[in-house]
Amino acid sequence: MLKWRLNSSQLYRCYRYATINRYFLTSTGVKSVQPTPSVKPRQSSILGPEHSFALGIFNNKINIKQIFPFPDALNDESKDTVKLVLNSFGRYFDQVHDAERNDVNESLDQDAFQTFKQLGGLGLLAPEEYGGFGLLRTQYARLIELFGSHDLSFSITIGAHQSIGYKGIILFGTEQQKQKYLPLLSSGEKVAAFCLTEPTAGSDANSVKTTAVLDDDGKHYTLNGNKIWITNGGLADVMVVFAQVPRSKDDSEHTRNALTAFIVERDFGGLTSGPPEKKMGLKSSNTTSLYFDNVKIPVENVLGKEGEGFKVAMNILNNGRFALSALMTGFTRMLLSKAIQHVNQRQQFGHKLIQFQSIQEKIADMAMSHYAIETMAFLVSNNMDRGIENLQLEAAIGKIFTTETAWNCCDECIQILGGAGFMRDNHIERFMRDVRVYRIFEGATDTLKQFIASTGIRSAAKMMTQRHLAMKQSQSNSAILMDDDSLNHSASLPNGDELLEEVASPLRHSALKLVQQIEDFGSVVEHLLFKYGKSIANQQFLLTRIANASIDLYVMAAVLSRATSAINEQLPTADHEQLLATTFVAKGCERVKGNLTSIMNPESLKSFDAFSQIANEVSRNEDISTTRPIGF
Amino acid sequence: MALRVLVGCKRVIDYAVKVRVKPDKTGVVTDGVKHSINPFDEIAIEEAVRLKEKKIASEVVAISCGPKQCQETLRTALAMGADRAIHVEVPEPQSHTLEPLGVAKIFSKLAKEEDAGLIIVGKQAIDDDCNQTGQITAALLDWPQGTFASEITVEGEHMKVIREIDGGLETIKVKMPAVVSADLRLNEPRYATLPNIMKAKKKKIDVKTPADLGVDIAPRTEVLSVEDPPVRQAGSKVEDVTELVGKLKSHGFV
Repeated sequence: MLKWRLNSSQLYRCYRYATINRYFLTSTGVKSVQPTPSVKPRQSSILGPEHSFALGIFNNKINIKQIFPFPDALNDESKDTVKLVLNSFGRYFDQVHDAERNDVNESLDQDAFQTFKQLGGLGLLAPEEYGGFGLLRTQYARLIELFGSHDLSFSITIGAHQSIGYKGIILFGTEQQKQKYLPLLSSGEKVAAFCLTEPTAGSDANSVKTTAVLDDDGKHYTLNGNKIWITNGGLADVMVVFAQVPRSKDDSEHTRNALTAFIVERDFGGLTSGPPEKKMGLKSSNTTSLYFDNVKIPVENVLGKEGEGFKVAMNILNNGRFALSALMTGFTRMLLSKAIQHVNQRQQFGHKLIQFQSIQEKIADMAMSHYAIETMAFLVSNNMDRGIENLQLEAAIGKIFTTETAWNCCDECIQILGGAGFMRDNHIERFMRDVRVYRIFEGATDTLKQFIASTGIRSAAKMMTQRHLAMKQSQSNSAILMDDDSLNHSASLPNGDELLEEVASPLRHSALKLVQQIEDFGSVVEHLLFKYGKSIANQQFLLTRIANASIDLYVMAAVLSRATSAINEQLPTADHEQLLATTFVAKGCERVKGNLTSIMNPESLKSFDAFSQIANEVSRNEDISTTRPIGF
Repeated sequence: MALRVLVGCKRVIDYAVKVRVKPDKTGVVTDGVKHSINPFDEIAIEEAVRLKEKKIASEVVAISCGPKQCQETLRTALAMGADRAIHVEVPEPQSHTLEPLGVAKIFSKLAKEEDAGLIIVGKQAIDDDCNQTGQITAALLDWPQGTFASEITVEGEHMKVIREIDGGLETIKVKMPAVVSADLRLNEPRYATLPNIMKAKKKKIDVKTPADLGVDIAPRTEVLSVEDPPVRQAGSKVEDVTELVGKLKSHGFV
């Protein structure tokens, strides 16, 4: 065993940082889909996390294989199925579904819901052998894109049921559990819910207080506690509930809690749901508290294993994130249509609105936003279908980017429509009320950003430590050949050659800009590690900006890939897509520059200290800490 | 009674799409544009499937003539309940010159080959609005026809057809085998549910060519140009009847 002496306290700090308790990480990769004939043969060479672009940029690597060429995992037959399904559901939304009435009545029309169930809408993701339709991620994404353009509230009712609700049973269920529950859930005879949130546990999933104690006979767990804000809480018969199983070897004070997932049926008794919450939006979606009073859960209903609850929860959420991106795709498409319609006919000051530059800027921004959102939705879903497992970073990036961008898009759409945008009749206000919570649930933006940044930086710390170790090893044994890439690299620049070769030539200039930003990003990450070491984990001002930059870099790469495919395939829209892509990259690089500058600039760092100080002062004062201009 | 029903399904540009004329004026833009089953043909399929559910028809065969994408249209028909389908493949650009006469010849050939007892088509396609295929097919087969049907009832060897005509409704009795063309109020087509779409994947689509059927589908007409309708001119208001008559006279209408 090589004994190495630290020759740099900074590198030591990196090593320590890399090995501290991995709060978010462990093996929370996305569960893979079993290979089916509907997907083109996998390229096994690109599946591993070493090919992740998002992770790579933290390590001065530009891994393009999971992005270029833009994946297209569905074969023709799968695409045909989607088209047929789109027709049926399209008709449902045009003729049967009334989102406005559901919102006004704060309830879901049951007749329409019944028709939706008959269409098969609640069994889209369950495998065929369990009564579902076994749609692939990409098929599901294209389908729910339609839902997102019609009703973001209904989308959550059905998403909570299948995308995160019984998804847990699909991913972690035993054969018996799947046979028992999935057929009933697919037909819609029973509805599912995902039950994690509690008063003390929102982003911090581990602080769940609901307990499940194993009975002495070892046959049941007794569940006690409560959950809040559970979608479908009042309707669901089958719930995936996360509770702490207290484990103590003896009667000592120190009980370790093992967060565990359980399949709980309302029929077990002892379970009550509160009244429907009154919400800003998602009014047709049923959101309630749940109370567990000595609910007896048979041991066969543990989902996954005891203590795996966190992994189960994270996997389920990861697996569902692409779906939110797909909803945002349909949503922004609808917004852009409405905006275009308006600016083409509305006249003020003697001109159609589209002729004014300030409107052109907003419309261009919406068009680029939609393009990028759609790109992300289909990149992540296609990659999942291709069998790439470790997509938690990409899924998180997708969720943050698409929900935040869609929110801004909605805001601008209302602004473009002016007073009309504010009126209920135009429905945009309902969408805005519905979409606000998308930035909060299923992984709040701010929490996910910290996750992305810390995962990336930890990976960079590990790589740097490995390089250091390898260098030390080779120094003490000169016979070892130094052909390891990471050795020769040392803290060197990322290699952008592959990227520059892959993009279509009209996009090469944009790709160069992107590579430049990736280089700068890598240097900043290294700088932060050297400067802060382990304590970088608490530097949220910096981590947020790192996350912002990494999100922009990833989305830019994705957009360039999609535009490259459009150009190479000579699509009729190739020119416009090229324009969108190059403009998006130009703006994105500016944003990245801004974020990186504010990390490196000593003036910004002073501002960050000031932010903390301001926040602490008003917090201590428990109030605003200024004097009114007129003195009282 | 082993009644085999053939149903014609045309793949047309979706009714909701804003149609654009091609810059060279030879037709409309179809590339990348959303297509779907002709709405009147969907009504025809629905009627045939209902006949099967009432145990009057024993088999429903959907037919479509055109390029490869017609198979999507046929899948919709199968998902609605047709038992099998026949795709008569006519590749682009030839498919754009396919006329009702050609299609009618194909249908009559297939009717004989498949020993059909009833042919239902939509009254017209929403792209060319010809309203001819049903009628020509009946003539070629020398079968009676019940066009613009808003209700059909099979009574043994006869069929009662209620037709929508300008003056109201006309009821006729036709002897089978016959051709029916479906009008809007014949029925309301069902949704293709996912379970049925999945079942339809296992149903058969036979592919044939006009040559296989010995049919000549060469067009008898030539499209000279396709243009947008003229932009509607603004009207003008008149104060009274005298002014109205004066304007009519000066424009040469009276």
